[in-house]
Amino acid sequence: MMSQEPTSLDPAVIQAINVWKSYDQGTITVLNGVDLEARKGEAVALCGPSGCGKSTLLHLIGGLDHPNAGSVKVNGAELGRGRDMVHFMRHEIGFIFQLHNLVPDLTMEENCLLPAVAAGTRRTEALHRLGELADRTGLTHRMKHRIQKLSGGERQRTAICRALMNRPGILLADEPTGSLDEKTSSVVFKLLLDLAHTENVTLLMATHDRHLAAACDRVLEMHDGHIRTDR
Amino acid sequence: MIFLRLILVNLARHRIRTAISIAGIAFSVAAMLTVVTVLEGAVGMFSSILSSGSEMIVFERNVSDLFFSDVPSAARNLIATWPIVSHADPVLFGVVSSADHPIITCFGVTSADARIRDANWISGSATEFEKAAGNSVVLGERAAEFLGASAGKDVPIGHGVFRVIGIIRTRNGFEDGGVFMPLQAAQKFFHKEGSSVITIKLRQKEDTAVFKSQVHREFPNLIALEDSEFSRSYSQFKILKATAWAVGGCGLALGGLGVANTMIMSVFTRIREIAILRVNGFSNRQIAATIFGESALVSTAGALTGLVLGGLALYALKEVPALHGYVDVTIRPMLMSIVVLLALLTGIAGALYPAAYAMRIKAAEALRFE
Repeated sequence: MMSQEPTSLDPAVIQAINVWKSYDQGTITVLNGVDLEARKGEAVALCGPSGCGKSTLLHLIGGLDHPNAGSVKVNGAELGRGRDMVHFMRHEIGFIFQLHNLVPDLTMEENCLLPAVAAGTRRTEALHRLGELADRTGLTHRMKHRIQKLSGGERQRTAICRALMNRPGILLADEPTGSLDEKTSSVVFKLLLDLAHTENVTLLMATHDRHLAAACDRVLEMHDGHIRTDR
Repeated sequence: MIFLRLILVNLARHRIRTAISIAGIAFSVAAMLTVVTVLEGAVGMFSSILSSGSEMIVFERNVSDLFFSDVPSAARNLIATWPIVSHADPVLFGVVSSADHPIITCFGVTSADARIRDANWISGSATEFEKAAGNSVVLGERAAEFLGASAGKDVPIGHGVFRVIGIIRTRNGFEDGGVFMPLQAAQKFFHKEGSSVITIKLRQKEDTAVFKSQVHREFPNLIALEDSEFSRSYSQFKILKATAWAVGGCGLALGGLGVANTMIMSVFTRIREIAILRVNGFSNRQIAATIFGESALVSTAGALTGLVLGGLALYALKEVPALHGYVDVTIRPMLMSIVVLLALLTGIAGALYPAAYAMRIKAAEALRFE
């Protein structure tokens, strides 16, 4: 399934409108009125120094946390307003983290099947989907291996497979190559972009790596809880 | 399948902790099974002594123990003449001792008593018992074994020496480990004029109520109860049963605390993993199911191990010579089911707080610090 290049006519699938977020009873403000939009199939990089609010923004968009003010809309509907968040997490969003966050002692296959198990997908259907993704990510021969036996790159590719298992429309990646060496990082990132493109997934990626960010459709610069530039 | 793997993997990660929890439940189940079986067995055997060849029992009203009950011989003689009564057999209970055996139950009975009349005589006969002199006794088979006695020999019992005139085999442990004396000899030995109880067989079972009211009218100091009614209401039985269940319950509660501790540790040490499950679409119910699943597995393993341990303990008790005749170690399937069910419920109760805690874990907070 190949997608076309996103255009300004495509609907905004992610909308953050004047979003504020603070911690510790308001003593630590992380987001100061952030506005952001991402369209269907678009790859957007979120750059900025550590602590500027990238991860917090991803968590808010992914429904893991709530803003103190402002609103986050995903696929046209606001989060947290009577929306079925379990369904949202299962079918609309996929997460990739810097530290792959796989379940130790389970195999690569079992880790990838977790979202399918949560969603109640039939096993044969889930295995077929996993077969496709493992083929795309070059992990077919590692399916029955425990996570501890996989290299850093393989673990992150496993995390990508898991995030895409339930065919979400949006992929949120928080420093997905942050724990990898330069060469592996480049391979994993290309794979991520390629998969997002072919699956027509909107990719919102927080990264420090400007070289990788440049390969995305758009780069947003964050500073002190604001998005400063959009290029 | 993966659900089960998630549960098994987590238990396998902390093998020692899991094993200790299983052992906790196992010892609790074994303790409950053993204590309840032994005490209920003892109560059951004692009850069956009373119901031997009878369906009702008459004893002194308001006594705390049947050993203290005193039913006058005159009362027995009159009751035996009532037309609705088929048999009225006096039984005098006493406790005697011999060297190495401080407690031997003694039954003062007549030759018409079902225990003597219908006994399986290994040696001697009911006729010999009927004609026996004052210092004669019949022994239950187990009593003969542990006293090392045989027919024709003398055995020291209490402060006297008695001639063994017969040995009988009964299915009741108390009786099989007991000494049977002619009623008059027992009355003399225990310094009692009447008997402890009268066991009654009516001509027609429907006359129970009539018999009860007649006893109440004629002998206000006595009370007549059906055997089953007596077993239910006898305070000693109630205390024994309550004690058994209380001791077993305490054991299970301790086992449950062990499971609770394990499950709390299990949740606390993988908060991040639970957050990841949530990010991957696991609902609160699914997360709670993994916690309850772990606890159910630990409890089941503990309960099954406990059944085996309890069975072995009961088998060992059965082999202890000092307990011969007093301990019925037959495990009732219903008791096994209740104990296993209680173990499972305890395990699940132990997982309530950990599951509630796991359901409250905020993924964003757990993942914020990588």
